[in-house]
Amino acid sequence: MAERERSHTRPLGGVFVAHSQVLTAADVTRALTRMAHEVVERNGGIEDVVLVGLQTGGVPLATKMAEVLRQIEPETDLQTGSLDVAFYRDDIGLRPVLPEAVTDIPVDLAGRVVVLVDDVLFTGRTIRAALNALNDFGRASAVQLAVMVDRGHRELPIRPDYVGKNLPTRREEMVDVGEDGVWIGTLEDR
Amino acid sequence: MSAPRHLLSVADLGRDGIAEVLRVAEAFAEVERRSVPKVPTLRGKVVATLFFEESTRTRLSFETAAKRLSADVLSLAVASSSVKKGESLRDTVETVEAMGIDAVIIRHSSAGAPHQVARWVERARVVNAGDGWHEHPTQALLDCFTVRQVLAERKGASPEELGIDCFEGLRVLIVGDVRHSRVARSEVLAYRALGAQVTLAAPGSLLPPSLDGWPVEVAADFDEALGDADVVSLLRLQAERGSGSYVPSLREYTAGWGLTARRVSRLREHAMVTHPGPMVRGVEIASDVADLPRTVVTQQVANGVAVRMAILFLLLGGELPGAAGVPAVA
Repeated sequence: MAERERSHTRPLGGVFVAHSQVLTAADVTRALTRMAHEVVERNGGIEDVVLVGLQTGGVPLATKMAEVLRQIEPETDLQTGSLDVAFYRDDIGLRPVLPEAVTDIPVDLAGRVVVLVDDVLFTGRTIRAALNALNDFGRASAVQLAVMVDRGHRELPIRPDYVGKNLPTRREEMVDVGEDGVWIGTLEDR
Repeated sequence: MSAPRHLLSVADLGRDGIAEVLRVAEAFAEVERRSVPKVPTLRGKVVATLFFEESTRTRLSFETAAKRLSADVLSLAVASSSVKKGESLRDTVETVEAMGIDAVIIRHSSAGAPHQVARWVERARVVNAGDGWHEHPTQALLDCFTVRQVLAERKGASPEELGIDCFEGLRVLIVGDVRHSRVARSEVLAYRALGAQVTLAAPGSLLPPSLDGWPVEVAADFDEALGDADVVSLLRLQAERGSGSYVPSLREYTAGWGLTARRVSRLREHAMVTHPGPMVRGVEIASDVADLPRTVVTQQVANGVAVRMAILFLLLGGELPGAAGVPAVA
Protein backbone atom coordinates (compact mmCIF):
# COMPACT_ATOMS: atom_id res chain seq x y z
CA MET A 1 0.00 0.00 0.00
CA ALA A 2 1.45 3.28 -1.03
CA GLU A 3 1.34 5.91 1.65
CA ARG A 4 2.18 9.53 1.26
CA GLU A 5 1.76 12.71 3.18
CA ARG A 6 -0.95 14.92 1.82
CA SER A 7 0.89 18.07 2.61
CA HIS A 8 -1.18 20.04 0.12
CA THR A 9 -4.45 19.28 1.88
CA ARG A 10 -3.27 21.27 4.87
CA PRO A 11 -6.68 21.87 6.43
CA LEU A 12 -7.31 18.12 6.48
CA GLY A 13 -3.82 16.84 7.02
CA GLY A 14 -3.29 13.16 7.54
CA VAL A 15 -1.85 10.40 5.41
CA PHE A 16 -3.30 9.34 2.09
CA VAL A 17 -3.57 5.57 1.92
CA ALA A 18 -3.93 4.46 -1.69
CA HIS A 19 -6.21 1.48 -2.36
CA SER A 20 -6.09 1.07 -6.12
CA GLN A 21 -4.63 2.72 -9.17
CA VAL A 22 -7.08 4.24 -11.61
CA LEU A 23 -4.74 5.72 -14.21
CA THR A 24 -1.04 5.15 -14.74
CA ALA A 25 1.32 8.05 -15.39
CA ALA A 26 1.19 7.12 -19.10
CA ASP A 27 -2.64 7.18 -19.00
CA VAL A 28 -2.53 10.69 -17.51
CA THR A 29 -0.22 11.85 -20.28
CA ARG A 30 -2.50 10.36 -22.94
CA ALA A 31 -5.58 11.94 -21.39
CA LEU A 32 -3.82 15.32 -21.23
CA THR A 33 -2.83 15.03 -24.88
CA ARG A 34 -6.43 14.24 -25.87
CA MET A 35 -7.78 17.12 -23.75
CA ALA A 36 -5.26 19.50 -25.31
CA HIS A 37 -6.49 18.53 -28.77
CA GLU A 38 -10.07 19.07 -27.62
CA VAL A 39 -9.15 22.56 -26.38
CA VAL A 40 -7.66 23.42 -29.78
CA GLU A 41 -10.61 21.95 -31.63
CA ARG A 42 -13.28 23.64 -29.52
CA ASN A 43 -11.63 27.07 -29.70
CA GLY A 44 -10.45 26.88 -33.29
CA GLY A 45 -6.82 27.26 -32.21
CA ILE A 46 -5.37 28.72 -29.03
CA GLU A 47 -5.00 32.33 -30.10
CA ASP A 48 -7.17 33.71 -27.29
CA VAL A 49 -6.65 30.91 -24.79
CA VAL A 50 -5.11 31.53 -21.36
CA LEU A 51 -4.36 28.32 -19.47
CA VAL A 52 -4.80 28.76 -15.71
CA GLY A 53 -3.81 25.99 -13.29
CA LEU A 54 -5.44 25.88 -9.87
CA GLN A 55 -3.05 25.71 -6.93
CA THR A 56 -1.74 23.26 -6.20
CA GLY A 57 -2.98 20.14 -7.95
CA GLY A 58 -3.89 21.84 -11.21
CA VAL A 59 -0.61 23.64 -11.74
CA PRO A 60 1.58 20.70 -12.84
CA LEU A 61 -1.23 19.46 -15.08
CA ALA A 62 -1.58 22.91 -16.66
CA THR A 63 2.18 23.00 -17.24
CA LYS A 64 2.08 19.64 -19.01
CA MET A 65 -0.98 20.57 -21.04
CA ALA A 66 0.72 23.80 -22.09
CA GLU A 67 3.67 21.77 -23.41
CA VAL A 68 1.32 19.69 -25.53
CA LEU A 69 -0.57 22.75 -26.76
CA ARG A 70 2.67 24.41 -27.80
CA GLN A 71 3.57 21.33 -29.81
CA ILE A 72 0.16 21.28 -31.52
CA GLU A 73 0.16 25.02 -32.25
CA PRO A 74 3.83 26.07 -32.32
CA GLU A 75 3.04 29.43 -33.93
CA THR A 76 0.90 30.73 -31.09
CA ASP A 77 2.41 32.25 -27.96
CA LEU A 78 0.33 30.50 -25.30
CA GLN A 79 -0.24 32.43 -22.06
CA THR A 80 -0.36 30.50 -18.80
CA GLY A 81 -0.98 31.38 -15.17
CA SER A 82 -1.75 29.94 -11.77
CA LEU A 83 -4.53 30.77 -9.36
CA ASP A 84 -4.96 30.25 -5.64
CA VAL A 85 -8.58 30.47 -4.56
CA ALA A 86 -8.10 30.54 -0.77
CA PHE A 87 -9.27 34.16 -0.49
CA TYR A 88 -12.49 33.39 -2.38
CA ARG A 89 -13.66 30.24 -0.64
CA ASP A 90 -17.11 30.09 0.96
CA ASP A 91 -15.94 28.05 3.94
CA ILE A 92 -13.69 30.72 5.45
CA GLY A 93 -14.33 30.70 9.18
CA LEU A 94 -15.77 27.17 9.03
CA ARG A 95 -12.36 25.56 8.77
CA PRO A 96 -8.82 26.85 8.43
CA VAL A 97 -8.28 28.00 4.87
CA LEU A 98 -4.78 28.93 3.83
CA PRO A 99 -3.33 30.00 0.51
CA GLU A 100 -0.90 27.45 -0.91
CA ALA A 101 0.96 29.71 -3.26
CA VAL A 102 0.99 33.14 -4.78
CA THR A 103 -1.44 33.71 -7.63
CA ASP A 104 0.19 34.58 -10.95
CA ILE A 105 -2.06 35.80 -13.77
CA PRO A 106 0.30 37.61 -16.15
CA VAL A 107 -2.29 38.97 -18.59
CA ASP A 108 -5.51 40.92 -18.54
CA LEU A 109 -8.21 38.32 -19.05
CA ALA A 110 -10.65 40.71 -20.73
CA GLY A 111 -11.80 39.12 -23.99
CA ARG A 112 -9.72 35.96 -23.52
CA VAL A 113 -10.86 32.36 -23.21
CA VAL A 114 -9.71 31.01 -19.87
CA VAL A 115 -9.22 27.27 -19.57
CA LEU A 116 -9.11 26.40 -15.86
CA VAL A 117 -7.14 23.26 -15.13
CA ASP A 118 -7.57 21.24 -11.94
CA ASP A 119 -6.77 17.71 -10.86
CA VAL A 120 -10.04 16.56 -9.30
CA LEU A 121 -13.57 17.94 -9.69
CA PHE A 122 -15.60 17.08 -6.60
CA THR A 123 -18.14 19.40 -4.94
CA GLY A 124 -17.50 22.23 -7.40
CA ARG A 125 -16.82 24.74 -4.63
CA THR A 126 -13.21 25.30 -5.62
CA ILE A 127 -14.34 26.09 -9.17
CA ARG A 128 -17.04 28.45 -7.85
CA ALA A 129 -14.31 30.28 -5.92
CA ALA A 130 -12.06 30.26 -8.98
CA LEU A 131 -14.78 31.83 -11.14
CA ASN A 132 -15.12 34.63 -8.58
CA ALA A 133 -11.37 35.10 -8.46
CA LEU A 134 -11.06 35.24 -12.26
CA ASN A 135 -13.56 38.08 -12.33
CA ASP A 136 -11.01 40.27 -10.55
CA PHE A 137 -8.58 39.87 -13.45
CA GLY A 138 -10.90 41.08 -16.18
CA ARG A 139 -14.02 39.89 -17.97
CA ALA A 140 -13.06 36.75 -19.83
CA SER A 141 -15.13 36.07 -22.95
CA ALA A 142 -15.51 32.47 -21.81
CA VAL A 143 -14.27 30.20 -19.04
CA GLN A 144 -13.84 26.49 -19.69
CA LEU A 145 -12.93 23.78 -17.22
CA ALA A 146 -10.51 20.92 -17.71
CA VAL A 147 -10.11 18.28 -14.98
CA MET A 148 -8.15 15.05 -14.86
CA VAL A 149 -10.78 13.28 -12.75
CA ASP A 150 -14.48 14.02 -12.34
CA ARG A 151 -15.47 12.09 -9.24
CA GLY A 152 -19.08 13.33 -8.91
CA HIS A 153 -20.81 14.55 -5.71
CA ARG A 154 -21.37 18.07 -7.04
CA GLU A 155 -22.91 20.60 -4.64
CA LEU A 156 -23.18 23.36 -7.24
CA PRO A 157 -24.36 23.49 -10.86
CA ILE A 158 -20.88 23.23 -12.35
CA ARG A 159 -19.74 20.84 -15.09
CA PRO A 160 -16.38 20.26 -16.77
CA ASP A 161 -15.71 20.88 -20.47
CA TYR A 162 -12.75 18.51 -20.74
CA VAL A 163 -12.43 15.38 -18.59
CA GLY A 164 -9.53 12.97 -18.26
CA LYS A 165 -11.61 10.29 -16.59
CA ASN A 166 -15.07 10.04 -15.07
CA LEU A 167 -14.61 8.16 -11.84
CA PRO A 168 -17.59 7.16 -9.67
CA THR A 169 -16.53 7.38 -6.02
CA ARG A 170 -17.91 7.22 -2.53
CA ARG A 171 -17.97 10.54 -0.74
CA GLU A 172 -15.51 9.53 1.96
CA GLU A 173 -12.97 8.26 -0.55
CA MET A 174 -10.13 10.42 -1.74
CA VAL A 175 -8.62 10.75 -5.20
CA ASP A 176 -4.96 11.60 -5.55
CA VAL A 177 -3.47 12.81 -8.81
CA GLY A 178 0.31 12.75 -8.75
CA GLU A 179 3.45 12.11 -10.73
CA ASP A 180 2.75 8.38 -10.65
CA GLY A 181 -0.80 8.52 -11.98
CA VAL A 182 -4.21 8.61 -10.33
CA TRP A 183 -4.96 6.62 -7.19
CA ILE A 184 -8.12 6.14 -5.20
CA GLY A 185 -7.85 5.70 -1.45
CA THR A 186 -8.75 7.12 1.92
CA LEU A 187 -7.29 9.76 4.20
CA GLU A 188 -6.14 8.29 7.50
CA ASP A 189 -5.24 10.16 10.67
CA ARG A 190 -1.59 10.63 11.19
CA MET B 1 -0.61 23.05 20.41
CA SER B 2 -3.60 25.25 19.88
CA ALA B 3 -3.49 28.17 17.52
CA PRO B 4 -3.24 31.58 19.21
CA ARG B 5 -6.52 33.45 19.05
CA HIS B 6 -4.84 36.82 19.36
CA LEU B 7 -1.66 38.50 18.21
CA LEU B 8 -0.30 40.15 21.31
CA SER B 9 3.40 39.47 21.05
CA VAL B 10 5.84 38.21 18.44
CA ALA B 11 6.62 35.51 21.00
CA ASP B 12 3.15 34.04 20.36
CA LEU B 13 4.29 33.09 16.87
CA GLY B 14 7.76 31.62 17.05
CA ARG B 15 9.85 30.85 13.99
CA ASP B 16 7.26 28.72 12.21
CA GLY B 17 4.49 31.19 12.94
CA ILE B 18 6.49 34.09 11.56
CA ALA B 19 7.37 32.04 8.48
CA GLU B 20 3.68 31.31 7.90
CA VAL B 21 2.71 34.98 8.32
CA LEU B 22 5.37 36.01 5.79
CA ARG B 23 4.23 33.29 3.39
CA VAL B 24 0.58 34.32 3.54
CA ALA B 25 1.55 38.02 3.32
CA GLU B 26 3.32 37.22 0.06
CA ALA B 27 -0.01 36.03 -1.36
CA PHE B 28 -1.64 39.28 -0.24
CA ALA B 29 1.17 41.34 -1.76
CA GLU B 30 0.06 39.84 -5.07
CA VAL B 31 -3.51 40.98 -4.37
CA GLU B 32 -2.16 44.47 -3.80
CA ARG B 33 -0.48 44.52 -7.21
CA ARG B 34 -3.81 43.92 -8.98
CA SER B 35 -5.75 46.72 -10.62
CA VAL B 36 -8.58 46.09 -8.17
CA PRO B 37 -6.72 45.17 -4.99
CA LYS B 38 -9.62 43.72 -3.10
CA VAL B 39 -10.73 40.18 -2.24
CA PRO B 40 -14.03 39.07 -0.64
CA THR B 41 -12.32 36.96 2.00
CA LEU B 42 -13.60 38.59 5.20
CA ARG B 43 -16.95 39.76 3.93
CA GLY B 44 -19.37 40.18 6.82
CA LYS B 45 -16.65 40.43 9.46
CA VAL B 46 -16.32 43.60 11.47
CA VAL B 47 -12.95 44.95 12.53
CA ALA B 48 -12.68 47.81 15.02
CA THR B 49 -9.61 49.94 15.57
CA LEU B 50 -9.30 51.25 19.11
CA PHE B 51 -6.45 53.68 19.19
CA PHE B 52 -5.90 55.27 22.58
CA GLU B 53 -2.74 56.83 21.25
CA GLU B 54 -2.15 58.81 18.08
CA SER B 55 -0.99 57.08 14.93
CA THR B 56 -1.00 57.73 11.22
CA ARG B 57 0.47 54.81 9.37
CA THR B 58 -0.45 51.93 11.66
CA ARG B 59 -4.09 52.89 11.81
CA LEU B 60 -4.38 53.65 8.10
CA SER B 61 -2.51 50.48 7.32
CA PHE B 62 -4.80 48.27 9.42
CA GLU B 63 -7.91 49.93 8.06
CA THR B 64 -6.71 49.59 4.47
CA ALA B 65 -5.85 45.95 5.12
CA ALA B 66 -9.29 45.21 6.56
CA LYS B 67 -11.05 46.99 3.70
CA ARG B 68 -9.04 45.14 1.07
CA LEU B 69 -10.28 41.95 2.68
CA SER B 70 -13.85 43.28 2.41
CA ALA B 71 -14.31 43.46 6.19
CA ASP B 72 -16.28 46.36 7.62
CA VAL B 73 -14.14 48.75 9.60
CA LEU B 74 -15.12 50.82 12.58
CA SER B 75 -12.64 53.22 14.01
CA LEU B 76 -13.06 54.56 17.48
CA ALA B 77 -11.69 58.05 17.68
CA VAL B 78 -10.89 58.16 21.35
CA ALA B 79 -10.92 61.94 21.44
CA SER B 80 -14.63 62.01 20.53
CA SER B 81 -15.69 58.83 22.36
CA SER B 82 -17.10 58.04 25.77
CA VAL B 83 -13.56 57.41 26.95
CA LYS B 84 -13.39 61.18 27.34
CA LYS B 85 -16.41 60.96 29.64
CA GLY B 86 -14.48 58.62 31.88
CA GLU B 87 -15.50 55.24 30.51
CA SER B 88 -13.05 52.54 31.51
CA LEU B 89 -11.13 50.42 29.01
CA ARG B 90 -13.09 47.37 30.14
CA ASP B 91 -16.46 49.00 29.53
CA THR B 92 -15.35 50.30 26.16
CA VAL B 93 -14.21 46.82 25.16
CA GLU B 94 -17.43 45.22 26.40
CA THR B 95 -19.47 47.71 24.42
CA VAL B 96 -17.47 46.92 21.33
CA GLU B 97 -17.86 43.19 21.81
CA ALA B 98 -21.59 43.46 22.51
CA MET B 99 -21.92 44.91 19.03
CA GLY B 100 -20.62 41.66 17.57
CA ILE B 101 -17.25 42.89 16.45
CA ASP B 102 -14.94 40.14 15.22
CA ALA B 103 -11.54 41.73 15.73
CA VAL B 104 -10.23 44.56 17.86
CA ILE B 105 -7.04 46.30 16.90
CA ILE B 106 -5.77 48.14 19.90
CA ARG B 107 -3.08 50.69 20.55
CA HIS B 108 -2.62 51.90 24.06
CA SER B 109 -0.02 53.88 25.95
CA SER B 110 0.06 51.27 28.73
CA ALA B 111 2.11 48.14 28.25
CA GLY B 112 -0.08 45.05 28.54
CA ALA B 113 -3.38 46.76 27.70
CA PRO B 114 -4.00 44.42 24.72
CA HIS B 115 -3.26 41.40 26.94
CA GLN B 116 -5.83 42.67 29.42
CA VAL B 117 -8.36 43.22 26.64
CA ALA B 118 -7.71 39.69 25.35
CA ARG B 119 -8.73 38.36 28.77
CA TRP B 120 -11.97 40.31 28.69
CA VAL B 121 -13.22 39.46 25.24
CA GLU B 122 -15.12 36.25 24.67
CA ARG B 123 -15.14 35.84 20.91
CA ALA B 124 -13.39 38.81 19.35
CA ARG B 125 -9.75 38.48 18.25
CA VAL B 126 -7.30 41.03 19.59
CA VAL B 127 -4.37 42.46 17.68
CA ASN B 128 -1.75 44.50 19.48
CA ALA B 129 -0.99 47.60 17.41
CA GLY B 130 1.48 48.91 19.95
CA ASP B 131 1.30 48.96 23.75
CA GLY B 132 3.44 51.46 25.61
CA TRP B 133 7.11 50.49 25.58
CA HIS B 134 6.24 46.85 25.29
CA GLU B 135 5.57 45.48 21.80
CA HIS B 136 4.44 46.31 18.27
CA PRO B 137 4.34 42.88 16.64
CA THR B 138 2.98 43.78 13.20
CA GLN B 139 5.75 46.36 12.74
CA ALA B 140 8.43 43.76 13.41
CA LEU B 141 6.72 41.32 11.03
CA LEU B 142 6.58 43.86 8.23
CA ASP B 143 10.22 44.74 8.85
CA CYS B 144 11.14 41.08 8.39
CA PHE B 145 8.92 40.90 5.31
CA THR B 146 10.64 43.96 3.81
CA VAL B 147 14.13 42.71 4.58
CA ARG B 148 13.38 39.40 2.87
CA GLN B 149 11.83 41.19 -0.10
CA VAL B 150 14.94 43.32 -0.58
CA LEU B 151 17.23 40.29 -0.21
CA ALA B 152 15.13 38.42 -2.78
CA GLU B 153 15.15 41.32 -5.24
CA ARG B 154 18.92 41.50 -5.09
CA LYS B 155 19.24 37.80 -5.75
CA GLY B 156 16.71 37.96 -8.57
CA ALA B 157 14.66 35.32 -6.75
CA SER B 158 11.17 35.36 -5.33
CA PRO B 159 10.80 35.75 -1.56
CA GLU B 160 9.19 32.30 -1.39
CA GLU B 161 12.23 30.77 -3.03
CA LEU B 162 14.41 32.46 -0.43
CA GLY B 163 12.29 30.94 2.34
CA ILE B 164 12.95 31.76 5.94
CA ASP B 165 16.58 30.69 6.05
CA CYS B 166 17.74 33.97 4.52
CA PHE B 167 17.65 35.46 8.03
CA GLU B 168 20.11 32.91 9.40
CA GLY B 169 23.21 34.79 10.54
CA LEU B 170 21.96 38.14 9.24
CA ARG B 171 23.45 40.95 11.31
CA VAL B 172 20.86 43.42 12.51
CA LEU B 173 21.89 46.61 14.28
CA ILE B 174 19.12 48.38 16.19
CA VAL B 175 20.04 51.98 16.85
CA GLY B 176 18.58 54.63 19.10
CA ASP B 177 15.93 54.86 21.76
CA VAL B 178 15.70 51.17 22.61
CA ARG B 179 14.51 51.96 26.12
CA HIS B 180 11.21 53.46 25.03
CA SER B 181 10.78 51.47 21.84
CA ARG B 182 8.12 48.79 21.47
CA VAL B 183 9.35 48.26 17.92
CA ALA B 184 12.80 47.30 19.21
CA ARG B 185 11.34 44.70 21.58
CA SER B 186 9.25 43.08 18.86
CA GLU B 187 12.12 43.25 16.38
CA VAL B 188 14.53 41.56 18.77
CA LEU B 189 12.05 38.71 19.26
CA ALA B 190 11.30 38.38 15.55
CA TYR B 191 14.85 38.61 14.20
CA ARG B 192 16.18 36.29 16.89
CA ALA B 193 13.43 33.74 16.27
CA LEU B 194 14.51 33.71 12.62
CA GLY B 195 18.16 33.14 13.49
CA ALA B 196 19.55 36.64 12.93
CA GLN B 197 22.10 38.24 15.25
CA VAL B 198 20.92 41.40 16.93
CA THR B 199 23.16 44.16 18.25
CA LEU B 200 21.93 47.28 20.01
CA ALA B 201 23.60 50.66 19.68
CA ALA B 202 22.39 53.45 21.92
CA PRO B 203 23.61 55.84 24.56
CA GLY B 204 23.55 54.12 27.94
CA SER B 205 20.66 56.24 29.11
CA LEU B 206 18.48 54.98 26.23
CA LEU B 207 19.20 51.29 26.78
CA PRO B 208 16.73 49.37 28.94
CA PRO B 209 17.71 49.38 32.63
CA SER B 210 18.41 45.66 32.39
CA LEU B 211 19.28 43.52 29.41
CA ASP B 212 19.12 40.26 31.39
CA GLY B 213 17.64 37.53 29.26
CA TRP B 214 17.76 39.59 26.08
CA PRO B 215 19.45 37.60 23.34
CA VAL B 216 21.35 40.64 22.09
CA GLU B 217 24.74 42.23 22.20
CA VAL B 218 25.46 45.87 22.85
CA ALA B 219 27.82 47.58 20.44
CA ALA B 220 30.92 48.94 22.12
CA ASP B 221 31.55 51.30 19.25
CA PHE B 222 28.65 52.50 17.09
CA ASP B 223 30.73 53.47 14.08
CA GLU B 224 32.46 50.10 14.06
CA ALA B 225 29.16 48.23 14.44
CA LEU B 226 27.81 50.04 11.40
CA GLY B 227 30.55 48.48 9.29
CA ASP B 228 29.38 44.97 10.26
CA ALA B 229 25.65 45.36 9.84
CA ASP B 230 23.45 43.89 7.09
CA VAL B 231 20.36 45.69 8.36
CA VAL B 232 20.36 48.95 10.33
CA SER B 233 17.08 49.48 12.14
CA LEU B 234 16.79 53.08 13.24
CA LEU B 235 14.42 54.08 16.01
CA ARG B 236 12.82 57.42 16.62
CA LEU B 237 13.81 59.43 19.65
CA GLN B 238 10.48 59.32 21.46
CA ALA B 239 10.12 62.83 22.76
CA GLU B 240 6.50 62.15 23.83
CA ARG B 241 7.74 59.42 26.15
CA GLY B 242 10.24 61.80 27.64
CA SER B 243 13.34 60.56 25.91
CA GLY B 244 14.36 64.17 25.38
CA SER B 245 15.46 64.24 29.00
CA TYR B 246 17.63 61.14 28.52
CA VAL B 247 20.00 62.95 26.16
CA PRO B 248 21.79 66.24 26.78
CA SER B 249 20.46 67.77 23.56
CA LEU B 250 19.09 66.67 20.21
CA ARG B 251 22.18 68.01 18.48
CA GLU B 252 24.41 65.97 20.72
CA TYR B 253 22.28 62.89 20.11
CA THR B 254 22.57 63.35 16.36
CA ALA B 255 26.32 63.82 16.60
CA GLY B 256 26.72 60.63 18.62
CA TRP B 257 23.99 58.33 17.33
CA GLY B 258 22.33 59.83 14.26
CA LEU B 259 22.77 58.18 10.87
CA THR B 260 24.57 61.01 9.14
CA ALA B 261 26.02 61.04 5.63
CA ARG B 262 29.45 60.46 7.13
CA ARG B 263 28.28 57.37 8.99
CA VAL B 264 26.47 55.98 5.95
CA SER B 265 29.82 55.80 4.17
CA ARG B 266 30.87 53.20 6.77
CA LEU B 267 28.02 50.89 5.83
CA ARG B 268 28.69 47.88 3.70
CA GLU B 269 27.50 48.23 0.14
CA HIS B 270 24.48 45.95 0.53
CA ALA B 271 23.41 47.13 4.00
CA MET B 272 19.86 48.43 4.18
CA VAL B 273 18.30 50.92 6.57
CA THR B 274 14.85 50.45 8.08
CA HIS B 275 12.81 52.87 10.16
CA PRO B 276 9.36 52.24 11.64
CA GLY B 277 8.35 55.83 11.06
CA PRO B 278 7.60 58.57 11.65
CA MET B 279 11.15 59.64 10.82
CA VAL B 280 12.48 62.79 12.37
CA ARG B 281 14.85 64.01 9.70
CA GLY B 282 17.91 65.70 11.09
CA VAL B 283 17.72 63.84 14.41
CA GLU B 284 18.07 60.06 14.10
CA ILE B 285 18.53 60.18 10.33
CA ALA B 286 19.98 62.86 8.06
CA SER B 287 17.54 64.01 5.41
CA ASP B 288 19.83 62.93 2.53
CA VAL B 289 20.22 59.50 4.08
CA ALA B 290 16.46 59.08 4.39
CA ASP B 291 16.18 59.45 0.62
CA LEU B 292 18.90 56.94 -0.30
CA PRO B 293 17.82 53.78 -2.15
CA ARG B 294 19.16 51.66 0.70
CA THR B 295 16.64 53.29 3.04
CA VAL B 296 13.57 51.09 2.59
CA VAL B 297 11.03 53.08 4.61
CA THR B 298 8.56 53.42 1.72
CA GLN B 299 8.64 49.67 1.05
CA GLN B 300 8.03 49.09 4.75
CA VAL B 301 4.90 51.22 4.68
CA ALA B 302 3.69 49.55 1.48
CA ASN B 303 4.30 46.08 2.91
CA GLY B 304 2.50 46.96 6.12
CA VAL B 305 -0.84 46.51 4.42
CA ALA B 306 -0.04 43.03 3.04
CA VAL B 307 1.35 41.86 6.39
CA ARG B 308 -1.68 43.15 8.28
CA MET B 309 -4.00 41.55 5.75
CA ALA B 310 -2.22 38.29 6.50
CA ILE B 311 -2.66 38.75 10.26
CA LEU B 312 -6.36 39.59 9.98
CA PHE B 313 -6.92 36.73 7.56
CA LEU B 314 -5.09 34.21 9.72
CA LEU B 315 -6.94 35.29 12.86
CA LEU B 316 -10.40 35.53 11.33
CA GLY B 317 -10.39 33.08 8.46
CA GLY B 318 -7.42 30.79 8.62
CA GLU B 319 -5.40 29.75 11.58
CA LEU B 320 -2.65 31.78 13.17
CA PRO B 321 0.14 29.31 13.70
CA GLY B 322 1.57 29.47 17.20
CA ALA B 323 5.01 28.87 18.58
CA ALA B 324 5.50 25.26 19.58
CA GLY B 325 5.28 24.99 23.33
CA VAL B 326 4.02 28.51 23.83
CA PRO B 327 0.44 28.34 25.05
CA ALA B 328 -2.01 30.63 23.34
CA VAL B 329 -2.86 33.55 25.58
CA ALA B 330 -6.42 33.64 26.90
